[in-house]
Amino acid sequence: MTEIIRDNPEKNEFLVNRSVFTDREMLARERAEIFNKCWLFIGHETEVPGKGDFKRKKVGGRNLVLVHSQDDEIRALYNTCPHRGALVCRENEGNSRVFRCFYHAWSFTNDGKLAGMPGSDGFPDDFNDEGTKDMKAVNRVESYRGFIFVNFDDNAVSLEEYLAGAKEYIDLIADQSEYGLEALGGVQEYSVRTNWKLLAENSVDLYHGMPTHKTYFDIKQDQDPDLKKVKLEGEGKDLGNGHAVMEYVAPWGRPIAQWTPIWSEDLKQDMEDMKAELTERFGEERANRIANWNRNIVIFPNLIINDIMAITARTFYPTSPGYIEVSGYSLAPKAENEEHRLARNNNFLEFLGPGGFATPDDNEALELAQEAYTNNLEVQWNDVSKGMVRGEGNAKATDELQMRAFWRQYDKVIQESFNKEVAYK
Amino acid sequence: MTVTTVTRQDVVDFLYTEAKILDEWRLKEWADLFTDDGTYLIPPIGEPDADPLTSLFYAHDNRSRLQERAERLLKKEAHVEFPHSTTLRNYHNIIVNNLESDVISVELNFTAHRTKREVMDTFIGKAYYDLVLQNNELAIQHKKVILQLDSLRPHGKISLIL
Repeated sequence: MTEIIRDNPEKNEFLVNRSVFTDREMLARERAEIFNKCWLFIGHETEVPGKGDFKRKKVGGRNLVLVHSQDDEIRALYNTCPHRGALVCRENEGNSRVFRCFYHAWSFTNDGKLAGMPGSDGFPDDFNDEGTKDMKAVNRVESYRGFIFVNFDDNAVSLEEYLAGAKEYIDLIADQSEYGLEALGGVQEYSVRTNWKLLAENSVDLYHGMPTHKTYFDIKQDQDPDLKKVKLEGEGKDLGNGHAVMEYVAPWGRPIAQWTPIWSEDLKQDMEDMKAELTERFGEERANRIANWNRNIVIFPNLIINDIMAITARTFYPTSPGYIEVSGYSLAPKAENEEHRLARNNNFLEFLGPGGFATPDDNEALELAQEAYTNNLEVQWNDVSKGMVRGEGNAKATDELQMRAFWRQYDKVIQESFNKEVAYK
Repeated sequence: MTVTTVTRQDVVDFLYTEAKILDEWRLKEWADLFTDDGTYLIPPIGEPDADPLTSLFYAHDNRSRLQERAERLLKKEAHVEFPHSTTLRNYHNIIVNNLESDVISVELNFTAHRTKREVMDTFIGKAYYDLVLQNNELAIQHKKVILQLDSLRPHGKISLIL
């Protein structure tokens, strides 16, 4: 199978071959050429604010420890003992100067250096002179505006170069507070029985908003009778390197500055003050864009940052063609007023959480697609053409340009892999 | 029934009735079990005492939102639960405290099985209730569900009322 997409501008048609959602050999290719080579989000710097703070992370199929070491560097250590391989750190999070593998009691300082082991007289004095017995760290860890990424390919371009046009949109989110953003506790770890690329698509797909989330909009409309006057309007953009965004106006209450009637008058005042502060910092136009516009961003391959009724960063990783592990983070302005924060958090769990009124319906749609890909032999292609007829520079947020940007990058990477003499397994 | 006449068996019967109502998808009746200031909470896994200001909850419902939750799940457009899952809830290890006081507190262990499209997900956890008498009937003032799981994998979502 080599034909992944059919990109036909003359016919205004864009098709994706459904076998990429079910094929195990394709997943092996994706691991080798995408997850082993792209920049992958590992977490936000506020998750490990102090020296010794650590969190276990699974990224790109690896077991890592994100740690703020005593030398003030943030590292990603491979969580495996150099001696016999056991997982060294077994706690999900904490603060420690030392990690100790219980198997043979080798211990490591929190920068990964071997600190000691029992029976050291059984090893030569120069046993670790080359550092081969230290816990290995991921060589490439870079961050942008507090978002930390790792890359398992030592030859990768810099994170900033990789992010390309996505930087502008991360800036719009990071600029929401002069104090910066912080990651909240309670990272939501769930799963979807679907192919990972379908979640990437779904996250920048406004076309499904109304039909899939009708029950959510019904509830919002009951709370605010004026709501039906606002349409989901905006634009879709290709940001380069497979990244894309939809930016649009939406009717829901939006902390930081789009009040809704279920919130109190006090909160309205706080939101107006926040908007005024943004206007002072950035001028009216940019303040309006930051405060009142929504952004759903896909950063190739597997990071979604949604700045909608709350801010979420979601990553996902396939353990099989039809199953993904998702981690959902909430980001919020530091030093946010308590009532404001509670409104945000309620917004988050109501729409974005796996116990909410919207995300479970998204996941159901993706699971139903995966289930019906049993018919791939006879029904072979997905259609991702919406809006091509308008010309790619004029895509609406409800069009499918965002997904085409993702798929064109995917196709490019995978097609290159077909030209290599490499066995994927 | 007055405060002093509520027995442990009354409380247990009330809770079993709640489980039955949920398994039969009589969700508006479930919402009606709550007082006007009732709340329904599911804190993050592993953080039973989390603060909703600093941690993400799965559910943090006041009375109106738990009503919205119940009504939404009865709609055909609540796609994740259409057609409805088949569910089975069991309550165990029920400990009833403060039987003599205005607010009766209960803790119990639960299992809730959900099957849909030939996949079964099992949720396990503890639930804490504050029960009060309202018009001589027991009513739920607060219900807090503590999931005893490592994560929502493979369950994926909490589309049920737990």
